[in-house]
Amino acid sequence: MENMVNIVIDGEELSVPSGTTVLETAKKLGKKIPQLCFLKDINEIGACRMCVVEVEGRRNLPASCVLPAEEGMVVRTNSPRVLNARRMNLELILSLHPQECLSCVRSQNCELQSMSQQFRVEQTPRIDTDRLPLDVSGPIQRDPNKCILCRRCVAVCEEVQSTSVLGALERGIDTHIGPAWSEALDNASCTYCGQCIQVCPVGALSERDDTARVWELLHGEDHVVVQVAPAIRTALGEEFNLPPGTNVEGRMVAALRQLGFDKVFDTNFTADLTVMEEGHELLAKVADKNLPLITSCSPGWVRFVEEYYPQLTRHLSSCKSPQQMFGALAKTYYAELAGLTAQQVKTVSIMPCTAKKYEADRPEMQASGQRDVDVVLTTRELAALLRQAGIDLARLEDEEFDAPMGASSGASVLFGRSGGVAQAAARTLSMAYPERVKVGADGSVMVDGKPLRVTVVSSLGEARRILEAVEAGTCDADFIEIMACPGGCINGGGQPTVFDQDERNERLHARRNVIETLDGEAAIAGSHENPAVQQLYAAFLGHPLSEKSHQLLHTHYREELEQPDSPESKAILSRSTAD
Amino acid sequence: MYRAHVLVCAGAGCVSSRSRDVRDELVKILGERDISEEVRVIETGCIGTCDLGPVMIVYPEGVFYQKLGLGDVAQIVDEHLIRGRVVERLLYRAPLTEIVTEKMRDLEFFRRQYRIALRNTGVIDPESIEEYIARDGYMALGTVLDGMTPDQVIQEITASGLRGRGGGGFPTGRKWDFAAQAPVGQKYVVCNADEGDPGAFMDRSIIEGDPHSIIEAMAIAGYAIGADQGYVYVRAEYPLAVERFQLALQQAREYGFLGSAILGTDFHFDLDVRVGAGAFVCGEETALLNSIEGNRGEPRPRPPFPAVAGLWGRPTIINNVETYANVPPIIQHGAKWFSKIGTEASRGTKVFAMAGNINNTGLVEVPMGTTLRELIYDIGGGIPGNKRFKAAQTGGPSGGCLTEDHLDTPMDYDTLLELGSMMGSGGLIVMDEDTCMVDIARFFLDFTRDESCGKCNPCRIGTTRMLSILERLVSGEGQQGDIEELEDLAVFIQETSLCGLGQSAPNPVLSTLKNFRSEYEAHIRERRCPAGHCRALISYTIVAETCIGCGICARHCPSNAIVGERRNPYSIVTELCTKCGVCLQECPVQAIQKR
Amino acid sequence: MCSTVADKVYTIVDRFRDTPGSLIPILHAIQEEYGYLSRDVQAMVASELGISPAKVHGVVSFYSFFTEQAKGEHEIGVCMGTACYVRGAADVLEAFQNQLHIRAGETTSDQRFTIGMTRCIGACGLAPVVTINDDVYGRLAPDRVPELIEKYRRQ
Ligand SMILES: Cc1cc2nc3c(=O)[nH]c(=O)nc-3n(C[C@H](O)[C@H](O)[C@H](O)COP(=O)(O)O)c2cc1C
Ligand code: SF4
Ligand code: SF4
Ligand code: SF4
Ligand code: FES
Repeated sequence: MENMVNIVIDGEELSVPSGTTVLETAKKLGKKIPQLCFLKDINEIGACRMCVVEVEGRRNLPASCVLPAEEGMVVRTNSPRVLNARRMNLELILSLHPQECLSCVRSQNCELQSMSQQFRVEQTPRIDTDRLPLDVSGPIQRDPNKCILCRRCVAVCEEVQSTSVLGALERGIDTHIGPAWSEALDNASCTYCGQCIQVCPVGALSERDDTARVWELLHGEDHVVVQVAPAIRTALGEEFNLPPGTNVEGRMVAALRQLGFDKVFDTNFTADLTVMEEGHELLAKVADKNLPLITSCSPGWVRFVEEYYPQLTRHLSSCKSPQQMFGALAKTYYAELAGLTAQQVKTVSIMPCTAKKYEADRPEMQASGQRDVDVVLTTRELAALLRQAGIDLARLEDEEFDAPMGASSGASVLFGRSGGVAQAAARTLSMAYPERVKVGADGSVMVDGKPLRVTVVSSLGEARRILEAVEAGTCDADFIEIMACPGGCINGGGQPTVFDQDERNERLHARRNVIETLDGEAAIAGSHENPAVQQLYAAFLGHPLSEKSHQLLHTHYREELEQPDSPESKAILSRSTAD
Repeated sequence: MYRAHVLVCAGAGCVSSRSRDVRDELVKILGERDISEEVRVIETGCIGTCDLGPVMIVYPEGVFYQKLGLGDVAQIVDEHLIRGRVVERLLYRAPLTEIVTEKMRDLEFFRRQYRIALRNTGVIDPESIEEYIARDGYMALGTVLDGMTPDQVIQEITASGLRGRGGGGFPTGRKWDFAAQAPVGQKYVVCNADEGDPGAFMDRSIIEGDPHSIIEAMAIAGYAIGADQGYVYVRAEYPLAVERFQLALQQAREYGFLGSAILGTDFHFDLDVRVGAGAFVCGEETALLNSIEGNRGEPRPRPPFPAVAGLWGRPTIINNVETYANVPPIIQHGAKWFSKIGTEASRGTKVFAMAGNINNTGLVEVPMGTTLRELIYDIGGGIPGNKRFKAAQTGGPSGGCLTEDHLDTPMDYDTLLELGSMMGSGGLIVMDEDTCMVDIARFFLDFTRDESCGKCNPCRIGTTRMLSILERLVSGEGQQGDIEELEDLAVFIQETSLCGLGQSAPNPVLSTLKNFRSEYEAHIRERRCPAGHCRALISYTIVAETCIGCGICARHCPSNAIVGERRNPYSIVTELCTKCGVCLQECPVQAIQKR
Repeated sequence: MCSTVADKVYTIVDRFRDTPGSLIPILHAIQEEYGYLSRDVQAMVASELGISPAKVHGVVSFYSFFTEQAKGEHEIGVCMGTACYVRGAADVLEAFQNQLHIRAGETTSDQRFTIGMTRCIGACGLAPVVTINDDVYGRLAPDRVPELIEKYRRQ
């Protein structure tokens, strides 16, 4: 039996396990105490002091997020003293904040803004400080002037992602958050996972806004095709006030068509292709005893290996991510079918991911002779684009993806969540090669009569743990699926931002349900059954791991790329000079 | 056998007054006179009379020589050490009464002191473990290991009523008990020698003058709570303290007072020194722990308290240097002896560092409850230049000021708190009538704003706001409502800050507002600084009737702001005047007025 | 970075490798050796200790004792403790600033002098106090400043 303590909050008495904080206890009573820095288990530092409460018998106002409930404690969460203190606190924060709400990407989705409105804070005198330079070097952008020093990003980057790119620098009133020496993120081993954006309460962290580039393409002469990642349809509805867990696949397709894309394709199609290529790579590596094989479809994760464990890139699957496979094929295979040149086709992708923006810009990603993927938008940017165009997603009728790159299997949609790639591969291989690959009822996999040990992790912190084990020789996994974001793409750095941690968890759960439903309802289960994929192999690629596949669908990593006379880098060099 | 011992103070103050040169001169002359074998020269830690340095005490008589120059040394050797005649000229002469005192023990400054924590500083050679042992050093550790249970040690400390000397005054025995109660496992003992209060230097003097007393006490604490490792966190500004302490550690290890199987028992304990890197907030215990761990010195929320989860998450006690210095005597003489000294709720003695506008600056140790008047007038010798006492700041930047009205209140933890100040570490800055209290508040706020770690909003932004208001006041741009805003901010910062730094940062403002509100009002309403200190609010004028037209002021004015013709009254061009005050000093007939 | 510097840094890091919480002692030792902590050195320490550069720089920039810029040949420290302030340290500081034409925290263009403000050095009895390199000057009146500077200039 847990040790219980009795506590009174605003006159209501209740009993909670000892160690429960006052903030959590209040939540049980349906009271939400304002908070700007707290993140359960991640950032419990008591820094913002917005969550202060009055405790009978104490002179000061302790922060409830780090205050354990004690037997007999009598707490008031909204006494005049408390409310005054919170208001004053907000006024002070605002006195340093560049009040640029009108042009801020987080306007109407900003914790500071909404709190200030709730408290009706009055104008406070400004405190003059030097403007700090912006970092607009890459896909993740920082405006340190807007930062309120809650340090959630620091905690996520360190505790969850183990990357510690961001830290607190200087001290006192000069304290600011940034990479060492306020370097650009580009030079600071940032993986562009975007998890920091997800926790930032204000607009200090955001993705590079590429919506204007998309408008430019749409208004231009080129043939513009769009691909949509599996996780988008699970979350886009949230931006349009649909209940979390609404599958908006059909409406999303309709919306994209209304925007003016010439073709609306599905990244699921190339997810199926990834299953085919990577599945065969796996079988080959099992035969060669060259294991473990580690997935490579999460570009934040790939950058993590390249930055932090370059010696282990050899374990990475050579498969490109579905996004890049799509880009390469759209400008070759599809262009041919449509009677267009590679130059005439432009590709836009809608991704739940900020690192995909970086991936698309990698110099070697031009297998088609052109930049394979022209512009990448996050879920949030797509929502902004739709709003700009006056399109209310919620009111649209369902429509279907275009052929041929719109067809997909149930396996492919699983890519949207952690564990999905491994599951899709196992399912497909066992269906395609029942004599060689068997999946047990418990999910265990046998290949050629021997167990194939599969490990699945998400978040870079977990990834680091596995890589350490691989390096130490203590990891016995044969196949490892890694996604950079905790829970996978449904929780990607480009997905809608949610203030409240509980609500965020609920939404993740709901998004995951959409994936399971889509898989369950899919007409075909395994990737090899996707008729469009079969057609692609028959008409264009030949077979998995063919020479053409290698040329278009597989890639190399930095270690190899940086060998100046390796055939790979020569190939790239010649291609980029030909550009 | 030596027939005479000469103590030369090598405390920081005296070293700054070239006491090292005096010592070298002494050794040289003793050699020249061929009496090196007869007279032993001992370098001690701080004796306490910092403004009289360099000082020398000649035993067996105990004659106290002060303010020595190199030229004085030969006379002391020839007259005193060879002929046995005291050198009158170099004795102490009280500033007001002109009374000459020969013996150290007869000095008013020492007569009223009761030295427990400072029992050895200024008396022994801090670099010699033998001298420490000769004065019963390490006896307490022996007593403890030789038959007391950890529980008995804690009971003894609890019974003595010892409270923390680092500021908060938390009962030391209780703290040790919490840590002792924590489940067996790795625990730590930490000594806080960060001494951040500007104006306090007792911890420095103890570590420099009697390092072994800290080692002994920490070993006792380790035994009491079940720890085998300790850390002493010394601020970076004290290199000599680090050096002396490291030497002492080495000696203690050689003598078997540290290391494994101490004094033949199965008790293991060792110590390490960690040097701070210039951050006042690292005096706060949880920030200090973060700093030892190699992190930014940012405080952690409490609970959990260090006694439960401290250094690297393990149970840890943190005590101040002076607190530890009291431990061996308590063990040796018993809790009863100790608890008889001082007041009901504040037992024992307290070391004060007196500085500022006071005649005898230096370190004094007096029983708790001694009044401010005794400290300033009887021991401190009053205010220089016969000026009026205005206020005394205790508790440094976290404390408040006491005024004339408080001269007879006893100095103990609780009384000071009631008066809106605090004991702090025992810094006592005396201020005379020329001090502007608004500017003093600004000075302290400037300090805390600079030293705020920046983690929590109220302290980081709130102190910045308060400082900007205070800066406005002293530069003559105060506005109606400024006082009220200061008060609102002060209460908010006190109530909501994460750590003691923020919680106490507004104290100097609140306490000066309470005691000197009219000075604030004068700055705002009359654009006037009553103490005549704030440059923006004062002006210099030449009284034509008094001016003899000598032109001296004009010649000295660095900004050529004084104009006139000889033999006629001069005048000051206000726009050019930088208010440096040179003219005021130079005028032979006091014709210049400062307002 | 020249390899001898790198070797020295490695030696220092190795010396403290087994010390728990070794970062600050390492930074102290390196600063003692080179007078300041350059970016390159900080990055080396980070990679040697396997911690992120942001953490190392976070620590270096938190503590006022650590400096990232080379200091002048002579380091002047004007004590700004309370006792010194009450006894006129601000005027002394101003005298140094006027004489050397730099502000506190800056170094003269000829790299000879750096003016700094120190926290209380515990010699309050002698207030106001100034340190120049390892020498301490007590009861320093502003008018003695030119003579002091001259003394060090000649060194
Ligand atoms: C901002 C701040 C600075 C402090 N500085 C010191 C200090 O320099 N020395 C010290 O002993 N205690 C200092 N303290 C108090 C310590 O946090 C702690 O209470 C003390 O070291 C405990 O030892 P004691 O019980 O022996 O006094 C400081 C507290 C705060 C909030
Ligand atoms: S994008 Fe990821 S790796 Fe980069 S700073 Fe943010 S959390 Fe850290
Ligand atoms: S960037 Fe955002 S998340 Fe990071 S500390 Fe600043 S406000 Fe918080
Ligand atoms: S009160 Fe000040 S020093 Fe303490 S945690 Fe807050 S910002 Fe840091
Ligand atoms: S949410 Fe509790 S202090 Fe920030």
